[in-house]
Amino acid sequence: MEVGWWGVLIAVLGGAIRIGTPFLFVSLGECLTEKSGRINLGLEGTLVMGAMTGYAVSLHSGSPWLGVLCAGLAGMVLGALHSWICSFQRVNDIAVGIAMMLFGTGLAFFLGKPYIQPSAPRLPSIDLGAWSDIPQLQAALQINALFLVGIVVAVVLGWMLKNTAWGLKVRVVGESADAARALGLPVDRIRILSTAQGGFLAGIGGSYLSLYYPFNWSEGLSSGQGLMAVALVIFARWQPIGCLWVSLLWGGAAALGPSLQSVGVTGGYYIFNAIPYIMTLAMMIITCSPKRTLVGVPRELTVTR
Amino acid sequence: MTDGAPPDLQALGITKRFGPLVALKDVNFHLRSGQFHALLGENGAGKSTLVKCIMGYYHPDEGKIVLDQQAVTIHSPRDAQTFGIGMVYQQFTLIPNMTVLENLVISKAKLDPVINWQQEEHQLTQFMDTMPFKVSLSTRVSSLAAGEKQKVEILKQLALRNRILILDEPTSVLTPQEADEVLGHLRAMTLAKQVSVLIITHKLREVAAFADEVTVLRKGQFVGSGNVSGLNVSQMAEMMVGSEVTAKPKQRTVLSKKVPKLVLQDIRVKDDIGVEVVRGLHLTIHEGEIVGVAGVSGNGQRELVEILSGQRQTTSGTIHVQDQPFQPTREQIMRHKIFCLPEEPLQNTCVGRMTVAENLAFRNFDREPHAVGGWLISRPALRRSAFGLIERYNIKPPYPDTPIQSLSGGNIQRAVLARELSAEVEILIIANPCFGLDFLAMEEIRLQIVAARNRGTAVLLVSEDLDEILELSDRTVVMFNGQLVYETTSSGADLAIIGRHMTGHTT
Repeated sequence: MEVGWWGVLIAVLGGAIRIGTPFLFVSLGECLTEKSGRINLGLEGTLVMGAMTGYAVSLHSGSPWLGVLCAGLAGMVLGALHSWICSFQRVNDIAVGIAMMLFGTGLAFFLGKPYIQPSAPRLPSIDLGAWSDIPQLQAALQINALFLVGIVVAVVLGWMLKNTAWGLKVRVVGESADAARALGLPVDRIRILSTAQGGFLAGIGGSYLSLYYPFNWSEGLSSGQGLMAVALVIFARWQPIGCLWVSLLWGGAAALGPSLQSVGVTGGYYIFNAIPYIMTLAMMIITCSPKRTLVGVPRELTVTR
Repeated sequence: MTDGAPPDLQALGITKRFGPLVALKDVNFHLRSGQFHALLGENGAGKSTLVKCIMGYYHPDEGKIVLDQQAVTIHSPRDAQTFGIGMVYQQFTLIPNMTVLENLVISKAKLDPVINWQQEEHQLTQFMDTMPFKVSLSTRVSSLAAGEKQKVEILKQLALRNRILILDEPTSVLTPQEADEVLGHLRAMTLAKQVSVLIITHKLREVAAFADEVTVLRKGQFVGSGNVSGLNVSQMAEMMVGSEVTAKPKQRTVLSKKVPKLVLQDIRVKDDIGVEVVRGLHLTIHEGEIVGVAGVSGNGQRELVEILSGQRQTTSGTIHVQDQPFQPTREQIMRHKIFCLPEEPLQNTCVGRMTVAENLAFRNFDREPHAVGGWLISRPALRRSAFGLIERYNIKPPYPDTPIQSLSGGNIQRAVLARELSAEVEILIIANPCFGLDFLAMEEIRLQIVAARNRGTAVLLVSEDLDEILELSDRTVVMFNGQLVYETTSSGADLAIIGRHMTGHTT
């Protein structure tokens, strides 16, 4: 039984990586978008669309990596569409985001009907646990390459926002559109590019769902990761590296229920499964205060103005 | 800084129309190399339009811009920069969440794809050493005082190697000390022929102290120009307004007994990021008294006003109004008749898209005669009251059905003052009431405030304009670092002592 309780911890760690990876990509995408001063609630739709596209391309081409790329491109198109619509006068990005969310999921379900049954090639995983002879540890350390890619993206994105001309421009646009215009920066173009790139990352997050874990394509594939990304980014204080830690935390929380079940704790199963959502709610309440504003909020965000 | 004198700038016969409105008509203007030139005029006189024509925001319908005897066409503000012309705007264009260094780097015309922060910092430090004033590069802009921000704005233009600086009311957000410091440095730079300065301002005192020459515009037309040394302040004011005006001494009635109306005890308040900015403030205001709170902005004045208007909560301390504890609820505000004119009234106490009539009725829309039976709003009654206030307070344009955000700053200020003074007022809280107003509007509003005092209202006046405080208030207190550190009667107040307390230099 001693190994069993260790097993919970190991399973939670493994789950943090396995379940947290799509959170990581979506929240990085949302982080970049919000840094440019827009909120994209449509990332939920982007995620589902990415999942469908990735699965379909992988099935037809036989290459899951091509699927990942196409999922990203599909996300990019949706992101660009969102920010293009938002660049018109008097268009509210929240409302457009909700419309895009419904549009993305609807389109994915419509186009994805034929792909519910067939089985597509799966993304390979890397065995980092081969040195160990504990099966639980081996299972937990089966890591998808996309997770490693995600870490690199988080680090590079953080570095770019701080140290490149492009990153500085994105931040200026997100902090003050007026100041950006006074500097002669093309505000709408920078936002469209940032949102499109954010959509690309979210699309990849979607392909991870359908091509690795849980590895299928169905209408119930996403459980709101795209929406929770908005909360995650707040928790991460708009820092890409923060997105990495927060995603792992959320992944771990989501893995708690199944892990406990594996050692025979079945009571309160649904409660445990709801932990990520409860955490999201609790976090929103804790971080919202009438007496203080958040540190690091891009000032152009409509919800904070 | 490139060598040689700054270019000579002339605007000849500039005419600019917006539809049927002629904003500028055949205006001439000459900024000589190394000159400190002031552009004077009332609100709407066309100063900003003229400057925007020079900067390339607008393209004049007639006339031309001449730089060093050569006619040039300036297409955009970016374009103006290639001619060495830079502008410092009335509102700050700095990015608050970024450091001074980041702000200066981002304003460069060409950014390296990967920014070498060390090298940038090194270069800007060297540049800063050649400047008369310095600002720490690693500081976040949001934590700078207004005067420091204005310095960064100017440094930004100088770092871009601009030789002609245009400043649009640069001192409107500064204290007199800060203003004198910034203008003094600019003056020194013009004397050294490093830059030419064109400054738009209402403040005649500053013109008299720092400028070489003035050009005066009135209603879009050139009225005159001349050397400052040959003009006195009232002559300049006359050119601006068209008739002799001076600040009239306000009639004051003296009340026999002092009844305390508003008592603040040990008030503590935190700001938006949780820092305590009001730390144990005690203040009593009596019937028929104006108490002026002087201080450099950012010493807790904004938060002090916000707790009295109900926009912020105290962490500790008590507020008593006429010996009763006060909570700024709608019910208690009405009962104690405590009203408020905060700074930036459009953002702070108006709903911009609602009409003037609706905004004027915010305090009493739910009472007779505006609300029949207390629940059904009567639009005719709202409009009738609005017409009355519009006439009494001279709000322009006189239409109750226009959205209030389409009014000019002075008229919004008048409208809010009309609303807050429309009923009987026991206590009036006012913050920077004359910010950005022209001479006549300022006089009107100040007269209204003193009139309210003479009727027995207790007035708390928070202002960054020390002259205004000394002119209006009976007592002046100085706020520094969240506390009141000095108190004096306004008659016979010593400016130097007040200034020292404002900056915390008390020995």
